Amino acid sequence: MIIKQLSVFLENRAGRLTELTGILADNDINISAFSIADTTDFGILRVITGKPELAEKVLKEQGFAVKITDVIGMIMPNKPGALHHALQILTDNGISIEYMYAFANGEGRATAVIRTDTPQKAIEVLQLHKMELLKTGDVYQL
Amino acid sequence: MIWNEHHECMGRDQLASLQGERLRQMVERIYYNVPFYRNKLQERGIEPGDIRSIDDLKKLPFTTKQDLRDNYPFGLFAVPQQDIVRFHASSGTTGKSTVVGYTHNDIMMWSEVVARSLTMAGVTKHDIIQVAYGYGLFTGGLGLHYGAEKVGASVIPISGGNTKKQLQLLEDFGSTAIACTPSYAAYLGEAIMEEKLDRSKIKLKAGIFGAEPWTEEMRSQIQQLLGIKAYDIYGLSEVIGPGVSMECGIQHGMHVFEDHFIPEIINPETGEVLPYGELGELVFTAVTKEALPLLRYRTRDLTRLHVERCDCGRTLVRMEKCVGRSDDMLIIRGVNVFPSQVESVLLEMSETKPHYLLVVDRQNNLDTLEIQVEVEDQFFSDEVKELEGLRKRISGNLTSLLGLHANVRLVEPGTIERSQGKAQRVVDKRKLN
Repeated sequence: MIIKQLSVFLENRAGRLTELTGILADNDINISAFSIADTTDFGILRVITGKPELAEKVLKEQGFAVKITDVIGMIMPNKPGALHHALQILTDNGISIEYMYAFANGEGRATAVIRTDTPQKAIEVLQLHKMELLKTGDVYQL
Repeated sequence: MIWNEHHECMGRDQLASLQGERLRQMVERIYYNVPFYRNKLQERGIEPGDIRSIDDLKKLPFTTKQDLRDNYPFGLFAVPQQDIVRFHASSGTTGKSTVVGYTHNDIMMWSEVVARSLTMAGVTKHDIIQVAYGYGLFTGGLGLHYGAEKVGASVIPISGGNTKKQLQLLEDFGSTAIACTPSYAAYLGEAIMEEKLDRSKIKLKAGIFGAEPWTEEMRSQIQQLLGIKAYDIYGLSEVIGPGVSMECGIQHGMHVFEDHFIPEIINPETGEVLPYGELGELVFTAVTKEALPLLRYRTRDLTRLHVERCDCGRTLVRMEKCVGRSDDMLIIRGVNVFPSQVESVLLEMSETKPHYLLVVDRQNNLDTLEIQVEVEDQFFSDEVKELEGLRKRISGNLTSLLGLHANVRLVEPGTIERSQGKAQRVVDKRKLN
């Protein structure tokens, strides 16, 4: 249930993101979902991909600071109150979220990628409440 | 152990009067024997009789590396050629090399100060010392050699390089001390690991390292690799060679052999003498040298002097490791900043490596300092608060050391240019016209 997310340090420099996406494209690596956390001087790119290890290898070879981070993917119905319901479960169980990003994948479903310090506990709690979680293999189908 | 207790533990007043007397004699010698100095003194209206005590030192003119170059090769010598028994020369990275000469007495004095230095590192006649500094025009090899013989140690004059032979003699002869550059010591240590030598056969206990800048981190690394105590020795060929100052067992700065080399710290901009404890350019007057007696020679090395008595019992002042060269100094909002200070902060922090660039600019008539630091792969966190925390820790440490606000910018690994030789550490964008 743990999803391997690729995190990349990016300087705020024109064209830098394009260089990165070019490297991924050249290596036939698909981006299933991503978000960028930005500050004045730098950004952190977070990518969900079916081939995180390959992406890590090729980006490191090109000199990027790269890290694989454990995240979980929570699948919810794409309707009002669904996200609130899920977050309430996490809050009630004392699980804090470092960051998250979400996207709708059509067919009335949405996925939230969640980074927490206690991913195993989050998985147990969510499963207990019958929440659907993204499996590693599912990443390809996103 | 102290080699020359009389001179190394002398009362400060007694030392000052000895220095004053030696300075008086020296000024007389150079006035009558070196036209360059006679002209300089006459320009300032100074007669030999005007110099009566050490307090008169500050009236005297400085000598620079350029003066040595202008008078290449023998123009500053104070004795005729028949009294010179040896030459050394420093490699000239810019322009001609600098030539130095020694009389028989100079060689005796040099051997004496190196003997004092080796004694500080615990070397005695019972030791076998491998002198792995280069022998030749460079002062390292022969300087250590003569001092070690004076101590009575058994000297292996192996010179630099030839690592296989170095390792073989370390094992076969059972060398107990080694003298070389710190970078070569680290290299030897790594070679011992790689060759998987039998550590029990290596009897080394002390290393005397100098001739290039090195850090406390390098010291720990060398001590661990070689299983020794590593001592810092300082010197420059213009003054004598290695043995101008040396660390004792307390390792709290290098004792300057002040009865021969009078140190001063000056403001490199104004030439004003600074009090003990302040950072500035190190200046030496080699009062006892016969062949090349240098008056207030500007080393361009930046350091501090401390006069508080050392626990080892010596009264000689201690100089800190040099923090940089005055040529590298930047003045930002009136504060002196050296790239090496930034380097020391980054080396002390476990999360950073010393890959950095100082960018100085001027905005609205105010100098700004930005320090770019590479994010190391292993310390990269994908959480903004962690990276911001790292940035603030670096900035806080730098600001407190420099006494000036430094804006830190994290950059991608490998983006700061690496150089084989002198690294480009500063970009100064200020336009002062």
